Formats: sequence, structure tokens, C-alpha cells
Amino acid sequence: MDLSIVLILLQDGIVNGAIYALLALALVLVFTVTRVIFIPQGEFVTYGALSLAALLANKVPGTAWLLLGLGVVAFLMDLTAVFASRRFDRLWLSAVSDLVLPVLAVIIARWAAHAGLPLLVNVLVVLAIVVQMGPLLYRVAYQPLAEASPLVLLIVSVGVHFAMTGLGLLFFGAEGSRTPAFIDGRSKLFGIDVSSQSLFVVVASALLIGLLYVLFERTLYGKALRATAVNRRGARLVAISTNFSGRLTFALAALIGAFSGMLIAPVTTVYYDSGFLVGLKGFVAAIIGGLISYPLAAGGALLVGLLESFSSFWASAFKEVIVFTLIIPVLLWRSFATPVLEEDE
Amino acid sequence: MSLTRLLFVLAAATALYASGATAQIKVGVDLSATGPAASLGIPQKNTVALLPKEIGGKSVEYIVLDDASDSTAAVKNMRKLITEDKVDVILGSSITPNSLAMVDVAAETETPMISMAASAKIVEPVDAKRMWVFKTPQNDSLMASAIANYMAGHGVKSVAIIGFSDAYGQGWRDEFGRAAQAKGLKIVASEEYSRSDTSVTGQVLKVMAASPDAVLVAGSGTPAALPEKELKERGYTGKIYQTHGVANNDFLRVCGKDCEGTLLPSGPLLVAAQLPDSNPTKGQGLAYTRAYEGAYGAGTVATFGGHLWDAGLLLQAAIPEALKTAQPGTPAFRRALRDAIENLHEVPISHGVVNMSKTDHSGLDSRARVMVTIHDGKWELVNN
Repeated sequence: MDLSIVLILLQDGIVNGAIYALLALALVLVFTVTRVIFIPQGEFVTYGALSLAALLANKVPGTAWLLLGLGVVAFLMDLTAVFASRRFDRLWLSAVSDLVLPVLAVIIARWAAHAGLPLLVNVLVVLAIVVQMGPLLYRVAYQPLAEASPLVLLIVSVGVHFAMTGLGLLFFGAEGSRTPAFIDGRSKLFGIDVSSQSLFVVVASALLIGLLYVLFERTLYGKALRATAVNRRGARLVAISTNFSGRLTFALAALIGAFSGMLIAPVTTVYYDSGFLVGLKGFVAAIIGGLISYPLAAGGALLVGLLESFSSFWASAFKEVIVFTLIIPVLLWRSFATPVLEEDE
Repeated sequence: MSLTRLLFVLAAATALYASGATAQIKVGVDLSATGPAASLGIPQKNTVALLPKEIGGKSVEYIVLDDASDSTAAVKNMRKLITEDKVDVILGSSITPNSLAMVDVAAETETPMISMAASAKIVEPVDAKRMWVFKTPQNDSLMASAIANYMAGHGVKSVAIIGFSDAYGQGWRDEFGRAAQAKGLKIVASEEYSRSDTSVTGQVLKVMAASPDAVLVAGSGTPAALPEKELKERGYTGKIYQTHGVANNDFLRVCGKDCEGTLLPSGPLLVAAQLPDSNPTKGQGLAYTRAYEGAYGAGTVATFGGHLWDAGLLLQAAIPEALKTAQPGTPAFRRALRDAIENLHEVPISHGVVNMSKTDHSGLDSRARVMVTIHDGKWELVNN
């Protein structure tokens, strides 16, 4: 093993780690705001990548129809809620977010599938579909149970994960897809040959993380989310709607998921079920951050990525074992290092 | 008027009675149409609709269940097919672990079973249990020796393997190891990856450090493209071999120009149109391709579906024999059907020519394999 191999493995680990970092951040965000352990996070990765591949193959991705279906269900749920509370002034808002926007996304998708648009425009179309799925999913699956215990929410997550994986198989078939690189070519970095696409992955991830930082530190919406994360009841007392926070959080999670999916699709083949394992590695990273600390989670993600690339070199047969066993010492360390808090709201 | 109408209704009712509810021969099909093996199970499920609805003058009903690539579900499905639907024969499953689990049930209920999974362990050795079990795909050993022969004939001395970290990869590591030893090839590296991996950089670097003459990728379907693309990206210039597990058009779509020149062994079905007319498998290969693409569109045919078509061909050859001694729906018929399949001789199928015997329940020989290369994004027959 010489220096060039070390550098290549480092580079590989950092590229993978950047994606895990994004997913870990999304998981931490969703957990702190809504107490949901969001297992289906990885499905947004698959949906993003494969919807883009479908659009590029001149097909309307099945996710567009799923979005429409979710919208209709969400609207019916909103409708019953409106009739129960007699607050009809809210109805037009639900109609826009549950019906008008999804229908618009479907129309755009149908048009884009045949328009032969540049790659970046297709990326925006996919974001328009998948990001909307986040809040609608929250409305349909989680909002009715928002006050339930984290365990119940976890079970809901497992159910949502299986439903989304099954639908993924239906929409995209069993075989995987790749998309063309955003940036072609290669460049020299510290004496090794690096594909520009991997650099793009790292830079884009870093930019997105930076944007999230600005969102949480500088904007009112971001501060509202942080407030909900710190103290749900307190946030409600100062008129921050927990439902609204939930929807916004899920939109962000879907955005991060779809974005990471489209980042990795040129580097690796994405399958209808590959999101789960990618998400799970993000989850290991999020656990390292104790599901609350963003910087620790990002650091953990880099650690997971590097561990993965080096163990695939030294002991490829045990790679998965090594990566997932990492969680045990981390949990031990965390359970000794942090005082036990009885969580009871 | 009313009389003709009555007659019409009666005639329609009789027709329904004869075709649907009381088909005379019942075939139970258990496939892995969802889960990790869905790329095998889906074309097989599509093929069931193309099988003949009548064999030997008896109507045939196919009852298809999905085992989700899970061996527990496969056994449950099989018991359901046998006890509730009272099927005469079972086709399935798509993958080795499921088929192995089903062997016991086949023996216990004395139901003949034809598997569409690759491992030789499903039918070898033919003992008291496996006497009820047959299979249509080529044994891995047949394919492994095809690669080893070809390598030895083309100046390859050292080989590295990158394979799935599951039963498929393990089977190939064993079989190819044996075949390579027989041909004096040296295996200089053996690395593993899993089908859902997003990166195989580490494994590829390790393989290249051993500088082999050729690399064998032991994976199936589109996941087998990942190591090959990585090898090309890292500048590997030797020959790359794949297994017959990649023989579908999705692999070509995903691997693109990086896979030009890849060599692999395959059933003759993959290149049926390019075979010489003297080849006995050409007729069935073209017939299946036409039937499948007629129903599902041009370029959709996959060799995996061919294994189910072949199981159907075995039934078409054996059922008329079995009908001579017993009636469907009875244990005697199941036994007669088993005997008839075991006695099949020189039956051309889309993947070869079958000669079953008391010791061989796969019955394929070297006519069941050809070497294929990828040229201009298409499969091309290699003439040795």
C-alpha cells in the first residue's frame, strides 16, 4: 500500500462521506423537530436519482403520480379537519398545497419528459416533484400521530419505508440506472487523478450544508424550527405551529435526499432499494452525533465514509460488518459520557 | 329467440366451465418477482403468460405466487399451491436459497418441481429427496469451465475475482477456483462487494495492485457494472470477464461504452439470431424471443425468462407421456410426470439440449453455453 493508494482511498471516502453527511444532517433535523426517526430518508435519495434517470430516458417518472395520489389523500384529510373545526378560511391554503402544486408538478414533468431539456433543468423538475412529497408525506403519515411516542413514530417510519421501497420497484423496475455526469473530465489534485464529478459532489454538499447553516442562523423560519426542536411546548406558546414546522422539516429532508440522490447517480448505479443502505450509513453518522449535534454528525459521516473505503481495501468481505459495528463503541461511549435524561413530554 | 339465447348462455357456461375453474392440469409457479431477485423473477413472471394453455389435449392452468426473494415465503407458497390448489407440478423458484428450501417439500408431498435457479446443489446428488427436483438453468460449473477454457486458450495466466458477497459470488469463487486450477490459471486476488454498494474503489485498487492478466466480475444484473466501470476509470487495460448473470439489456444500458469488449459465457438464447441454423437450440431461442418481444416490446427479452420457458418445454415434452399412465390430480400422475421428465432425451430448449437421467436432473451439456462479447453496445457471439 503506497501513498497514491492512500490518497485515492481518502478521496473515495470523502466523496461518500459527503453524501452520508447530508443524509445525517437531514436525519438529525427531522428527529430534533418532529421526534421521528426517519428511516425513509434513503428513499428520497432513490426517488431523486431514478426520477432524474426516467426523465432523461424521456419517461414521466412514476413519482409524479405518487405525488398526485399523496396530494389527494392529504386534501381529503385536510377537508375533514376543516369541517371538524369549522375554519373554512384555511381551505384554499390546503387546496393550493395539496392539489394545485402537485398537479402543476405533474404537468411540468409530462412536458419535460419530451422536451429534451438540459440536465440542470431536469434536476429542477425532479426537485419540484420530490420536495413536495416531503410535506405531503408528513401530512398523511405523521401529522395525525404527531403527539405519539417516538416508538410509535419509528414504527410508522418502518411502514412508510416499506411502502416507498415497494412503490419504487413498481415505478422504476428492478434494475438500476445511472445519469450523465454534471461535469465531465478529470483534474489533478495533490498528485492524484480525481474525476471532476467527485469534486462537484464534495463542493455541492459543502454548499448545501452552508446554506442550511444560514437558514437556521439567519432566517425566521429556521429559527422557528430550532425553537420547535429545543422545546415543542414553548414553541407553541409563542405561536409556532408544530404542524407547520413538521411540514417544513420534511420538505427540507426531501430536498436534501433528492439532491444527494442526483449527486451520486453519475458516480454509482442507483437501484430502487439502494436508498435504504445509504440512509442507514447516514443514520450511523447521525447516531455518532447523538441525533442532536450537527457538527458531530457531519464528522461521523466522514468517519463512516473513510472507514468504508479503507475497509473495502483491506477486508472487503467484512466491510459492512466493520462499518455497522462502529455503532457499538459509539453507543457505549455516548451512554457513559452523557447523563441520562428521562424523556417524557 | 328465447331458446337460442338459452342455448347461447349454456354454451358460454360450458366453455367457461371447461377453461377456467376446472383446468385439467394445474401448474403451480413460485417466483421471486419482488425483492433483491426481482430482475430474475419479473421476466419469468411475464413468461408464464406465454406458456401453452393446452398440453396433450388437456387444458392447463398456471397459478403464480410471489415469494419476494424470501425462502420462508417460498416454502409457504409451495405448501399452499400443493394443499389448497392441488397442483400437479411446481415451477420455481427463481433463486438458489429458495429452491433449496423447497426441495424438502417436493419430496415430502411427492410433487415434481422444476427450479429456475442456477446452483448445482439443487439437483446434485440425485438422492431420495432430490429425485423429485429438476432444473433448467446451466450449472455454474458448466459456465465457469467455459470461462476458464477460454482464458487458457487466449494466453491468460493470472486472474483476479471481484464478486458479490452472497451465495452467487461464493458459488462462483468455488466453481471458478476449481475450473481455473484444472486449467493452470493462477488466482491472484479475490475481493468481495455487495450489490447495494455505491463504491468499489478499495477492491479495485487491491485487484490492480496484483496486476492480473484478466479480471472476472462475479455479479448479476446491473450491479455487476460497478466494478467494471471502476476498473476502466482506474486505467485497467486487461480483459474483463463477466458471468451469465449479466445477460440482460439493462446491463448494456447501465455499463455503456465502458463494457465494450467484455467477455462472458451465456446460454445460446442471448444470441439466438446469430447462431448457425444447424444449432438445435436456435429454433426455441427464436421462438421464445418472438413470443416475448411480441407481448412486451422489442429488446425486452432476457435470458432469465428463458429458463421458465424451458421449464414449460420440459412439461410439454413430459406431460403427454405421463398422461398415458395416469390422470392429472392424482399422486400416480405426479409420479408418472416425474418419471417422464427423468426420461427426457434430446429435448431442445432455448438454453441448450436436455438429456435427463437417473443421475443428472439438469441434463445440459456444452451445447448449453456460448462465449459472448459486447460489441458496439450489443451482444455478439464469439466463434472459438
